[in-house]
Order: sequence, then structure tokens, then C-alpha cells
Amino acid sequence: MGAGHAHRLHVPGDTIVHRMAPEAKIVAAFAFVLAVAVTPRRAVWVFVLHGLLLACWIARAGLRPSLVVKRLAVIAPFVTFAFFLPFLAGGATTEVLGVSLSTEGLWGTWNVLTKSVLGATTSIVLASTTPVADIVRGLERLRVPALVTSVISFMFRYLDLITADLGRMRTAMVARGHDARWLWQVKPIASSAGAMFVRSYERGERVHAAMLARGFDGTMPTLDDRRASPAEWRMAAIVPMLAAVAALGGLLT
Amino acid sequence: MHAPDGFLTAATAVSTGVLSAGLLGLAARKASDELDDKQIPLAGLAAAFVFAGQMVNFPVAAGTSGHLLGGALAAILLGPGVGALVVAIVVVVQALVFADGGLTALGYNTLNMAIVPAFGGYAVFTFARKFLPSTAGGVVGATGIAALASVVLSATAFSIEWLFGAAAPVPFDTVFGAMVSVHLLIGIGEAVISAMVVSAVLAARPDLVAGARDLDRVALSSARKIPMRAFVVGALVVSLGVATVVSQFASGDPDGLERVAEDEGFVDTAEDHALGNSVFADYATSGVGNESLSLAIAGAGGTLLTLAVGYGVFRTVSGVPGRRAAHELAG
Repeated sequence: MGAGHAHRLHVPGDTIVHRMAPEAKIVAAFAFVLAVAVTPRRAVWVFVLHGLLLACWIARAGLRPSLVVKRLAVIAPFVTFAFFLPFLAGGATTEVLGVSLSTEGLWGTWNVLTKSVLGATTSIVLASTTPVADIVRGLERLRVPALVTSVISFMFRYLDLITADLGRMRTAMVARGHDARWLWQVKPIASSAGAMFVRSYERGERVHAAMLARGFDGTMPTLDDRRASPAEWRMAAIVPMLAAVAALGGLLT
Repeated sequence: MHAPDGFLTAATAVSTGVLSAGLLGLAARKASDELDDKQIPLAGLAAAFVFAGQMVNFPVAAGTSGHLLGGALAAILLGPGVGALVVAIVVVVQALVFADGGLTALGYNTLNMAIVPAFGGYAVFTFARKFLPSTAGGVVGATGIAALASVVLSATAFSIEWLFGAAAPVPFDTVFGAMVSVHLLIGIGEAVISAMVVSAVLAARPDLVAGARDLDRVALSSARKIPMRAFVVGALVVSLGVATVVSQFASGDPDGLERVAEDEGFVDTAEDHALGNSVFADYATSGVGNESLSLAIAGAGGTLLTLAVGYGVFRTVSGVPGRRAAHELAG
């Protein structure tokens, strides 16, 4: 069940993080983010520990920090929202540069900022070290319903194609002088999206016919049966376990 | 709307996660009825379409652009079950592979971006169709209304989750007012583009629009053109009207929804759910010490927030690296 094309988010490598079985990696990522999420906001030292643990993962995976930072921009819109919390929240206030800000709001900003950066960085490490096909296989082994995993792999297989098709339509429109600037000029774009839906659906029908012709019986065959060994599970558990201990420490103090 | 980790409390994340998983299970069962054995390739292609559709920029005003969210559109084209499932899968993949939305936020993100818009939008669509003629034009109009409603519904869902598990004691009224008024504006774009996509599909292969299966050939051919500019201006006027009402009700009056919540006994529930970190607990004390200056700052903050979120959605989102990386998938 290859995704057809190696996607650009994956950074090829042969490190211990790259080689780890995908199901162990997915569970470790979720467990780590969960530990971060339950850490109380005021336990600043725990967040420092979480950050160091994550930095270990990034270092072992041989990822360039600049790449991680660049991809973090994806969280920008909601983090912008977090910066307004000190102005909107109630409760006790603190004087910052002559402006009276809500203390709870400031803690809210800190909370959202640290947790979202740590969480998004974890996803980035996962996606950078694991090809999409492996992520799908990992999900399969974690007993995510076959319907969901097959839909994900089909989605990735045809995403490039559909995006490229849309790009070609766009180029054709621009070449013919289409330069929409207002919402009521949107019709050609919407029509091309509609056409794209019809094309995608019809491609789906053809793909289904082709699958039936090759003996599709409702389940996707799997070619790779290698599962995570107990040693791999233990290896994957190290970072989330340490993070969980740190979070527990934060909860108790 | 892709909320990151830590935006709402862990308890909210877990409870919405359980809720979303259950509802998606139902959606998956409904999806098998709607698509039978063709479901895997068709849902896969539809998911790719929704993913790609979210990368299509459309003009909003004076050269700024927005992008499709697609919850209601997917439900109307594919049926609510498949629609919810497909958009949820897109949301999960965006979090897992593109770091867009937190992993622990998946519970409320799938709820707000997939389940609520798909099922809520489809419910509004069915309701709106009762009042509109049984023609292609009627279906297109109902799609517009449903798409606008779906965006506002997901903003409302987010505000309600905020009520139970806020990251900071910002009163529900403020969040609700800001979220709904911003999303009314976003919803207009969503309404226009969704309606026109459905109109284009109806013209080419009407049998593919799940929400228009009941129409026969005669009803489909009697389509009347909808004047685009009138539709946009009309939607804008209605939205601004609703926004004015919402913000009045949200900002000025200290009772309002909170009063309702107290009367209905929500307050206890809120405290239970939020693990003592309740919005109301803090809000009650915050109401005392509020001075006119901090109110003014709050007002200005709310306005700025509206602008910033609007700007963020219309502009930034279309150009951030994660999505650009997705664009690059096309290679």
C-alpha cells in the first residue's frame, strides 16, 4: 500500500528514530503529547524537561532545527489568538509595561504557546521520520478500522494527482486572463472545483472497477508483516515514560 | 480552526475524543450503507478532493483570499455519514502528518470541523429545502444556507467547549461573540463557493449530489440562475445583522447566557467538567474588579481579535509552510 510518491514532509534517513516500527512511534508520539497536555501550566520546569526530551528525539533523528522551526509556522493562527488572552481574561491583574493584564490570561497564553509548540514539534518529528505508507501501516497494526486506513492511503495516492489537476486548471484560467479579486468573481474557481469533484468521483468508480477486476474482496492485502518487537516498544517508551514522570512530578508539586 | 494542543483542558480533550470516536463509528456504519462495497476507493478519492479543495484559494475582497472548509459541502455531495467520515479523516491526517492541529486536540477538532459541520450542515440543508422549490436552484440555495450555518455551528461548538474547558478565564460571552461574528464573515465565502460547486456538479452529473437524489430530470432542468452579486450582498447584510445582535447580547449584558446557564443548573456541571478550573468560578470574581479601562482594552482586544483571526484565516493560512508543503506534494 505505498502512497505512490515519497511525500515532501518525509526527511529520509537511517537513524534510530527512522528505523523504529511505525506503530511504536505513533503510540510514543501520542503518549508524549498527552503527558505534555496534562502538565499543569505553572510547572515551568516540567515544560523545560519536556522540551529537552523532545530535543533528544530531534537530535537522534538528525533533523535540522531550522526545518522544525519553519514547519512550526502552521500553528501560527491559533497562537495569535492565544496572545489576546491576557487582554480578554478576567481575574487578578499584573502590570506589564504599564498595561494591566490578566494574570490568568498570561498563564493561558504561556499554556497554549508551550503545549502547542511541543505538540506540533512531536507531529513534525513523526512525519519527518516516517513515510506516509508506514504511518498508515502503523495505524493498521494499532487496530484502526481498515475502512479508515484504506481511505487514508487512497487519499494520499491520489492527492498529488488532484492537486496537480487543480493547478493545471488554475494555470489555464490565469492564462486566459482570469484575475478574480472579489467574492462574486469566484464562479470559475468554484466550477473547476465542481468539475474536480466529478472527476475524482469518476476516478474512484474506475479504480473500484479495476480493483474488482484484480480480485478485490473488500479488504486490502498487506505485504509487510513486520511488527514492533518488545525491544522496540521499550525503546519507544523511554521518552514518553520520562515525560509522564515529569508531568506527574509537576502535578504533585 | 485547527486548534493546537493545550487549547482546552485535558478533560475536555478526552471527553470530546470519546464523543467524536463514537459519532465517527456511527458515521462509518452509515457510510457503508451509503456507499456499499465501493466505499473504500470512493471515500478515498473524496477525501483527496476535500484535502485539495481546502488548498484552493478563492478571492474574498480586494485581492485577499480564503479557502474552503468543506464540511457542509462534503455532506451534501456525499451524504452526511460519508461526508463526516471523509472530513474527519482529512483532519486526522492534517494533525498526524502536517502538524496542523494538535494530536490531543483531535477530539474537539474532529468534532468542530467534521462532525458538527457535516451533520449540522446537512440538517440545515434538509430543513432549508423544505422552504425552497424542488429544483436545482432550490438545492443550490439550500447548500449556501447550510454552508453558512455549518461554519457558524462549528464556531458555536468551539465556544461551548471553551465554556467547559477553557485555557484561560475568558468569559464565554466574549469567545462566543468573537467566534460567531468572525465565522459569519468566513461563512459567506463558504456559502458562495459551496453553492457554486454544487451547482457545477448538478449541471454535469446530478446523480452524484447525495442531497439532490430526489430530484427528477424535469426539476433539474428548470434551474433558475441565482444572481451572484445579489446573493453575496444579501448574505453580507444578513450576517452583519446577526453579528450585531450577537455582539450586543454577548458583550453588554452581564446576564444573558450566563444567567441561562445558572438557571438551568449548568454551572455545577461546568465546574465538575472543568476540574475546578471553571470559567464561571473565575468570571464571578472577575466581574467585581473590572474597571472601565480594562473593559475598553477587552473591547479593543475583541475587535482586534476579530481582525486578526479574520486576517489569519483569509491570508496566513493559505501561505503557511505546512500547507505549502502540502501544495508541494503536487511536485
